[in-house]
Amino acid sequence: MPLGHYLVLSGLLFAIGTAGVFLRRNLITLLLSVELMLNAVNLAFVAFGRQWGAVDGQIITFFVMTVAAAEAAVGLALVIGLFRHRESLNPEAFTSLKW
Amino acid sequence: MASDALLFYLFGGVTVLGALAVVTQRNPVYSVLSIIASFFGLAGLYVLLEAPFVAVAQIIIYAGAIMVLFLFTVMLLNATREDAAEWDRSHPLYRPFAVRVGGVLAVLLALQLGWALSRTSGLGVPIDLDRPAVSSVQELGRVLFTDYMFAFEVTSILIIAAMVGAVILARKRDE
Amino acid sequence: MQGIIEILTAPQTIAYAVIVGVVFMGLQIMAAVMVYAERKVAALMQQRYGPYLVGPKGLLQPIADILKLFFKEELRPKAADAFLFTLAPIISVAAAYLAFAPVPFGAPTTFFGLLDEPIKLQVSDVNVAVLVIFAVASMGVYGIVLAGWASNSKYSLLGGLRSSAQMISYELAYGMSLATVVMMAGSMSLTEMVDQQSGYWFGFIPKWYIFLQPVAFFVFACAGVAETNRAPFDFPEAEQELVAGYHTEYSSMRFAMFFMAEYINMVTVSAVAVNLFLGGWHGPFVPATYGWIWFVIKLAFLLFVYLWLRWTLPRFRYDQLMSFGWKVLLPLATINLLVTAAGVLYFGL
Repeated sequence: MPLGHYLVLSGLLFAIGTAGVFLRRNLITLLLSVELMLNAVNLAFVAFGRQWGAVDGQIITFFVMTVAAAEAAVGLALVIGLFRHRESLNPEAFTSLKW
Repeated sequence: MASDALLFYLFGGVTVLGALAVVTQRNPVYSVLSIIASFFGLAGLYVLLEAPFVAVAQIIIYAGAIMVLFLFTVMLLNATREDAAEWDRSHPLYRPFAVRVGGVLAVLLALQLGWALSRTSGLGVPIDLDRPAVSSVQELGRVLFTDYMFAFEVTSILIIAAMVGAVILARKRDE
Repeated sequence: MQGIIEILTAPQTIAYAVIVGVVFMGLQIMAAVMVYAERKVAALMQQRYGPYLVGPKGLLQPIADILKLFFKEELRPKAADAFLFTLAPIISVAAAYLAFAPVPFGAPTTFFGLLDEPIKLQVSDVNVAVLVIFAVASMGVYGIVLAGWASNSKYSLLGGLRSSAQMISYELAYGMSLATVVMMAGSMSLTEMVDQQSGYWFGFIPKWYIFLQPVAFFVFACAGVAETNRAPFDFPEAEQELVAGYHTEYSSMRFAMFFMAEYINMVTVSAVAVNLFLGGWHGPFVPATYGWIWFVIKLAFLLFVYLWLRWTLPRFRYDQLMSFGWKVLLPLATINLLVTAAGVLYFGL
């Protein structure tokens, strides 16, 4: 398969993820969309790594996965904390600076 | 080689459809399930790219651990509906002016992307198969613990920080 | 077209098809046998007779059970999520079958000279087999969690939440003990790992990893029992507290699928333990081509241990379960991993 196909696929995934972040108003779906974007980047890395026969592309994906795990843990903890206050997952519910 | 293309389109299709479902589903539980399907498609693509270890790590870490965490949270909060209706009015993006400007910008971006894609030449060049793929776990480990040693160790600090942060954030404050 | 037919009728292809069929049917039969064995062993330990009416010694009991489950009515609670309610048992049973795919159960064989070159007795030989099993096993949790959530019942939901927490906690120790053995073997392919355990020390002690890595075996056994949700770690379906846990609302074949998944998972974990720690198909008195006999014997023994545990040990308390997983098993596995790493590095074990 040509490298370009993988890159287009990766771009498509990233676009879907970005659209999700902008269009959805549910904190959980927002976090999921961010995960999609991270995965799009992973795909591009691995495809480039395969193209140049280098191992670095795969190594970077492990770091991205670790960061994604950390992000998910902290993000979900925040979501739980916010939900306790407002009984809502809509980011619009959390516009006040103090409560 | 034909089967390769077939598999690419199969896995790529699963990935993209899964991703679309994540964004379009109303119910977070279904979103989480769709993203898992998407991750399986990605794992298949990694196998096609001769990176089996990444493929398995994708399943173990993403599908097996992170997404269970998401599902767990969704079920714990029991918030399976998007409560959008009451807030829609106040959203700035729903004001007509912002929507128009944003729409124009989005169309411009899409046009630009299409233009750029139509002008690139190297899109159809197949992946260089003369270069051997590095798929052995030994080689991955060697590079990870020599060239990327520092980044690896820093990552462990990141994990600890995230863990402590998550515990403190999610803890019930008893006043 | 000609080429495809030639490939399809090649002895190699047919042999692989036979192996896939044997594994598929074998797992199903194993599940049925385990249903019978479970009741008989329980009866034996409690000085009862157990099933004895259907067939000689009650041997046809599993068939009667299966027929009964077939003809029961499929019930679904009105408030349940119809799609996920149906999907959950399918995920469970599919993950259970899939996990057995990279497990070898015998030495490469030519089927008594029927084939030109020997083929491996396993569905697929992956070079990261250990991780594949680990990954697929971690998919099984979705079946349980979704069943718990989709049933829309408090007992089911509690069972599902418990199981996700339990499986995530014990997966870490499970993975650590696997990593220890992978380090000893220097390979992730189960076939290679088994082959490294052939031979004897001093002529009579078999070179099994259980003797080199008793701690890893202990951790693996505990985590394996917890991963398969068996007593004393059967929290997701703790009868006395949660009615039947995640499958409270299930009936008929959907229930049977969960049941099958549980027994197949037991078989898979035992098979992996046999391959990793007990020397797989290597054993005395039996030529290598019949190695699968040894494999089955070891497997049967481990499965018996499963039942033995269930009828001997009482269930933990939930907080005990969590503290055992995080504060005992995980540190133990980590220290064992570090010690083994040092040993491999400095003494080249």
